[in-house]
Amino acid sequence: MEPFQLVADAAENLYPARMQMALSLGWHIIFSCFGIAFPVFTVFAEWRGHKRGNAALTDLAHTWAKAMGVLFAAGAVSGTLLSFEMGILWPGLMGRFGGVFGFPFVLEGYAFFIEAIFVGIYLFGWNRLSPRAHMLSAVPMIVSGAAGAFFVVAANAWMNNPTGFRLDADGQVVDAQPWAAMFGPSTAAQTVHMLLAAYMVTGFTVASVYAVGMLRGRRDHRHRFGLLIPLTFAVIFTPVQIGVGDWIANVVADNQPAKLAAMEALYETQARAPLSLGGLYYDDELHYSIEIPWALSLLTHHDPDGVVQGLEDTPVNEQPPVNVVHLAYNVMVGIGSALLLLGFLFGWTWWRRRRIPTSPWFLRAVAVSGVAAIVAMEAGWTTTEVGRQPWIVYGILRTEDAVSPAPGLFLGFYAVVAIYLVLTALTVIVLRRLARHHDISAPQELDATPPDEHTEELAVR
Amino acid sequence: MTLAELVLGVMFVGLIAYGLFGGADFGAGIWDLLAGGARRGARQRDLIEHSIGPVWEANHVWLIFVLVILWTGFSEAFAAVVTTLYIPLTLAAFGMIARGAAFAFRKSITTLSMQRFLGAAFALSSLVTPFFLGAVVGGVASGRIPPGIASGNVVTSWVNPTSVLGGVMAVLVCAYLAAVFLCGDARREGEEDLADQFRIRALGTAGVTGVAGVAGLFVLRGDAPLLWEGLTGRAVPVVGLSVVAGVAAVVFLALGRYVPARLASALAVSAILVGWAVAQYPYILVPDMTIEEAATGRATLQAMLVAFSVGAVFLVPALVFLYVLFQRSGPASAHEDVPREHTGAATP
Repeated sequence: MEPFQLVADAAENLYPARMQMALSLGWHIIFSCFGIAFPVFTVFAEWRGHKRGNAALTDLAHTWAKAMGVLFAAGAVSGTLLSFEMGILWPGLMGRFGGVFGFPFVLEGYAFFIEAIFVGIYLFGWNRLSPRAHMLSAVPMIVSGAAGAFFVVAANAWMNNPTGFRLDADGQVVDAQPWAAMFGPSTAAQTVHMLLAAYMVTGFTVASVYAVGMLRGRRDHRHRFGLLIPLTFAVIFTPVQIGVGDWIANVVADNQPAKLAAMEALYETQARAPLSLGGLYYDDELHYSIEIPWALSLLTHHDPDGVVQGLEDTPVNEQPPVNVVHLAYNVMVGIGSALLLLGFLFGWTWWRRRRIPTSPWFLRAVAVSGVAAIVAMEAGWTTTEVGRQPWIVYGILRTEDAVSPAPGLFLGFYAVVAIYLVLTALTVIVLRRLARHHDISAPQELDATPPDEHTEELAVR
Repeated sequence: MTLAELVLGVMFVGLIAYGLFGGADFGAGIWDLLAGGARRGARQRDLIEHSIGPVWEANHVWLIFVLVILWTGFSEAFAAVVTTLYIPLTLAAFGMIARGAAFAFRKSITTLSMQRFLGAAFALSSLVTPFFLGAVVGGVASGRIPPGIASGNVVTSWVNPTSVLGGVMAVLVCAYLAAVFLCGDARREGEEDLADQFRIRALGTAGVTGVAGVAGLFVLRGDAPLLWEGLTGRAVPVVGLSVVAGVAAVVFLALGRYVPARLASALAVSAILVGWAVAQYPYILVPDMTIEEAATGRATLQAMLVAFSVGAVFLVPALVFLYVLFQRSGPASAHEDVPREHTGAATP
C-alpha cells in the first residue's frame, strides 16, 4: 500500500464519480417510475377495453404495453450499469457495509427478476393468452415493481439513517442485522414518497403526450382516454403526496437536522422559524428570499414555538452544500404545488361538468406537466442525496472515504455521459415512432402482429 | 458445508444459469454478427431474434443476482474484485448497455443506416462483453486480485495469459451454446435447413472449444500454477465429467437429437464452471482470502438463505411458465388462428 498515492487518486476520482453516479441514478429513476406505474395504467385500459368492448381502449392499451416494453428495456440496461457502479465507484461503502445494507438489493434481485419475466409474458402473451389470464399476468409485474422500489429505497433510507449494526473500537462492523437495517426510521416515509412520485411522473408524462396530440386537433377516443386515465391517477395521488411530504420532512427533522437546515437554508437555531422561498445562501445567511413567518416551525413541529435546528449547530466540514439543497427542495415543492393546482382544476371541471377542461391553456399545462413532474422528482432526489453530504453513510462514513482510488477511474464519467446521450436520443426516437405508428413491436414481442380488427376480436373472445 | 459455502454455492448456481442462458444469448448475437450480408443472413437473424426476444431480459438478471449476493455476503472480496478489475467490468457493462439497447430498439427503427448501426452494435457487443467477463474470471482464477480496495494492478490483472484464455473460452462457449440452442429452435419453427446450418456451426465450435481448452491447460500450468494444480488434482472428476458430457453432446448433435444435445452441452459448460470453483476452493481470492474470511456476519447469511428459499418459491414457477409459454407457442403455432395476411409484416 502506498497511502499517499491512493489519497491523491481518490481525491481526483471523487467529483467525477459523484457525477457519474448522479447521472446514472438520475437517468435510471425515470425509467423505474414507468416500470412501477405504467403497467397499472396499461392493464386498467385493457380491462376497461374488454369490459366495454371498446377497441380504441384495447388498442391504446397495446400501444402502452409496447412503450412499456421499450422503457423497461432501457431501465433494465441502465439498472445493470448501476449495480456495477455501486461497487466500482464506492467500494468503501460496499466493502465495509455490504453485509448490513446489501440485503434489500438481494430481494430487489428477485423482484426485478419476477418483473422481467412477467414483462416478457405480458408482451409475448398479448394475443396468445385469454384476456383474463393476460390481465392476471400483469399483477406480478405490478406487485414486483412496487416491491422493487421498496427494496432499493430501503437501501437508500439506510444510508440516511444507518441502523442494524454496531461498530467495534477499530470501526469494524460487527453484529450486522440486515432485517433491522432494512426497516430503519426513514424507510417507510421514503418508500411511500417514491411510489407516489412514480405514479405522478408516469401519469403526468403519459397524459402530456396526449395533451400535445389534442392541442394539434386530435380529439378522438384514443386521445381522450390517453389523457384521462393517466391524468386521473396522477391527480388523485398529488394531494396525497403533499401530505406524505409533510411526513418525510418530519422524519428528516428528527433524524437529519443538518439536512433539514440546508433544505430551508436556516443558519440560526430558533423557535418561530420562518419558511424561506428561493434566495442565495452565503456568509452564513440567506439573502433575497421570500419569508413566511413561523411557517417552518409550524410545518416541522405543528407548533409556532417549536425550535428548528439551524446550520450553526453543525460543524462547517459536516454541512451539505446549502444552495443546491435549498433550491432543489424549493423546485420540488414549487412544482408539486403547481401540479396540485392543475389537478384541482381538472377535478373541479370533471366533478361539475363531467368533461376534460377544453381550454387550450389547460392542455398546455398538461403538456408540460410531464417534464415538470420529472424535474420535481429529480430535484427531490437531489435534495436528499446532496443533503446527506458530506456523508455517504450519515454520520459514519464520508463520501470521500468511500470512493475508489483506482487510477483512471474518473475517465468512466465521460464515457457514461456519451453513452447516456446516445441512449436518451434513441429512446426518444423509438417512443416517438411508437406514438405515430401503432404496428411497431416491442423488444419482448416476436412479430409485428398488428392490433387490427381481427386480432382484436381474438383478444376479446 | 458451512453457511458461507452454502450462500456462495447459491451464487454459483446463479453464475451457471447466467453462463447458460445469458451465454446462449450472447452467442446468438455472435452468430448474428457472422450471419453474412443483409439478404443472406436475414433468415438466420430472424430466427435469432425469435429465440431471444421475450426472454433476454430475464436471462441477464442472473448477473445482477450474482453481484448482489457477492456484495452482501462477501463484501470485502467483492470490493477487491470490482475495484482492481474495474476496467473490464466497466467495459462489459457498457457492452451490456449497447447490446440491450440495440436489441430493444432496432426493430422499432426503419431507416436502413440506423438499423445497420444498431445491428452492428448488438452483434459486436455480443462478442466483446463475454470476452471481458471471461477476462475477469481469468484474473480472479489466476490469483491476481489481492484483498483490499484497488490493491491489485488495474491493467495486468486482466491483461494476462489466463485472462485472455478466459475471454476466448467465454466467447467460444457462448457461441457453441447458442448454436446448439438455435438448432432446436429452428426445428421447432420447421426450418430444418437452418437447423442443419447451426448444427454444422455447433460441431465446428465444439471442435475449436475443445482444442482451445486443451491448449488452455498448458497456459494455466505456466501462468496460474495453483489453478492448474487444482484442476489436475481435486477437480479431475469434474473436468472429466465436462469432457464426457461434451463428447456426448457432439454425438447427439451429429445424430440430430437436439434436446439431449442441449442437456449434455449445458452439463459440459456447467462442469467447466464447477471445475474452476473446485480448483480454487477454499479460496475466494487466491491465495490470500478464504471463503470463510470473506463472509459477512451470520445474521446476513441466514437472511440471504431465507430470501433464496422464499424467492425460489416465486421465481421458479414464473421462470418455468415463461419458458414453457415461449417454447410451446412459437410464432408458427400462434399464427394458426390468426389470418395470415395480418402476421406477415415482419417476415416478408
